[in-house]
Amino acid sequence: MVGAGHVGPVIARVAVAAGYEVTIAAAGDPKEIELITQVLAPGSEPRWTADAVKDADLVILAIPLHRFEAFDPVLLADRLVVDAMNYWPAVDGKRELFEDAQHGSSEIVAGRLAQSRVVKALNHIGYHELEGERRPSGSSDRRGLGVAGDDGQAVAEVAEVIERIGYDAVRLDSLRAGRILQPGGPVFGRTLSRAEFERAVHTEAAASGVR
Amino acid sequence: MTTPAAAPEPTRFPVVLGLDTFGDRTSDRNGRALSHAQTIRNVVEEGVLADRSGVDFFGIGEHHTSDIPMSAADVVLAAIAARTTRIRVGSAVTVLSSDDPVRVFQRYSTLNALSGGRAEVVLGRGSSVDSFPLFGYNLADYEALFEEKTALFAELLKGTPVTWEGKTRAALHDQDVVPYTEFGPFPTWIGVGGSPQSVIRAARHGFSLMLAVIGGSPARFAPFSQLFRQALERFGRPPLPVGVHAPGHLADTDEKAESEFWPHYLEVLRRYSRIRGFAVPTKESFAFEIGPEGALYVGSPETVAQKIAANLIALDASRFDLKYGMGGLGHESLMSAISLYGEQVIPRVRELLRSERPTP
Ligand SMILES: NC(=O)c1ccc[n+]([C@@H]2O[C@H](COP(=O)([O-])OP(=O)(O)OC[C@H]3O[C@@H](n4cnc5c(N)ncnc54)[C@H](OP(=O)(O)O)[C@@H]3O)[C@@H](O)[C@H]2O)c1
Repeated sequence: MVGAGHVGPVIARVAVAAGYEVTIAAAGDPKEIELITQVLAPGSEPRWTADAVKDADLVILAIPLHRFEAFDPVLLADRLVVDAMNYWPAVDGKRELFEDAQHGSSEIVAGRLAQSRVVKALNHIGYHELEGERRPSGSSDRRGLGVAGDDGQAVAEVAEVIERIGYDAVRLDSLRAGRILQPGGPVFGRTLSRAEFERAVHTEAAASGVR
Repeated sequence: MTTPAAAPEPTRFPVVLGLDTFGDRTSDRNGRALSHAQTIRNVVEEGVLADRSGVDFFGIGEHHTSDIPMSAADVVLAAIAARTTRIRVGSAVTVLSSDDPVRVFQRYSTLNALSGGRAEVVLGRGSSVDSFPLFGYNLADYEALFEEKTALFAELLKGTPVTWEGKTRAALHDQDVVPYTEFGPFPTWIGVGGSPQSVIRAARHGFSLMLAVIGGSPARFAPFSQLFRQALERFGRPPLPVGVHAPGHLADTDEKAESEFWPHYLEVLRRYSRIRGFAVPTKESFAFEIGPEGALYVGSPETVAQKIAANLIALDASRFDLKYGMGGLGHESLMSAISLYGEQVIPRVRELLRSERPTP
């Protein structure tokens, strides 16, 4: 887990609960996040970023996008990376890199992380919902969460994590299609079942000609 | 939610029940927007009524938009202070990141003098970001700005002369900063919306913690109180109170409160959702938010009192500030909500807490 702000510790917490071994890093010394980790995500282990990602099967990136621009892509080479980040000019300020109507933020992130397999997920659920809205598999009120990526195998691996955490994974077969998960899109910040989620995706895709 | 073992028994602080407003520009009976000037004068009347009704604290949040023209909250607070003798007055919040800590100290120290020691400050990093371009700050620097400026503010509160050096303003060398406070530092809080770093920061500087719970289940913030208490201990500081700031509205009955509040809530959130990309609320999501698990305190005095008491206990907090007002919701409705809060909700919350929490 890279990022220990609003979102990082909550993701770490639900991942620990799902039985995963979790390391977590902020920008600096792990001592700085020791207490945060102990109280908000007990069972996860604070590390320096390089150590946290070194032997990870999967890295979740949840740092502000305006900080991502200075993030060293080499750290994530050959890793499977979940991009949980959003471009929010109201928080990030206007960033030239992301002011690009032709590309979604995760396509731009993937462009910078050229050595990594990038999947977009966990960006459209609020940090304050992530724990409380989990449901066991098969529950009628289980929430659907999008998983988008160009690499089918990578999408499948992330979808499995989403399912184990407590959500129905709705797969989208490209990062381009993942633009539908962004702020302002039809699923952002909304609690939808898998069926409702899929319907929203199809309606939007039909309307915009994107798939 | 797992609770780490051996959490220390928290110190009990007196229960403080306040009101906050952002000073939204309200509408008249015909739905026409009032002038900024009239909106500001109305807020003074509301503060005075809060005092008369038995409310403990009145806070005004800094905003810089034509919908919320409260850019100089401390001036408005001074007017309220001059007409009252009992109620405490403060910010909710002051956007410190785009302000000068020296000026903030001077203004609130002056308010403290005027009010006979009734001033408080709630410092915020600023999620309403209109002030950044206005004062020439880059939004992307908000973390660094807030960190450095809270550190300076903590220095200023200790009393002068102050020696300080940083990147965000001119250095101070043995600098006298006036007016001196009369009875030591005034209460200072950090407003936190869900950033654990901000919780730690509050503890590090010895500021109290004000949790803004404006969406979702309030109980999920309980780990933040815990984090705050453990951080205070780690930094070798004495216990400090935890407060909750949350939006709501009151009328004689649940139905009346809901029907007054809903159209304005919808309108405000619709505007907000355009900026943040969130879904516009529906009747169902509203029903959830005003229910026991939600973040809104909308209803009759009994409904709201029950919810406040339950969440103070769940969050182990001793202070609750109800943020009243919502977009165009009219001054008359707000005045009536203020009376109900002071005269009925506050005594009822105290009663509920006495029966739940035996005093040691
Ligand atoms: N808020 C939500 O509900 C939500 C939900 C889903 C997704 N998101 C997205 O998640 C991202 C993070 O949001 P947030 O609200 O959690 O941010 P935040 O509270 O500002 O936290 C940022 C975290 O990222 C760390 N960080 C920054 N630069 C880093 C670097 N180069 N290497 C390692 N760690 C670094 C920070 O560490 P330091 O303290 O050491 O600098 C801090 O722990 C955003 O893009 C947001 O849009 C948010």
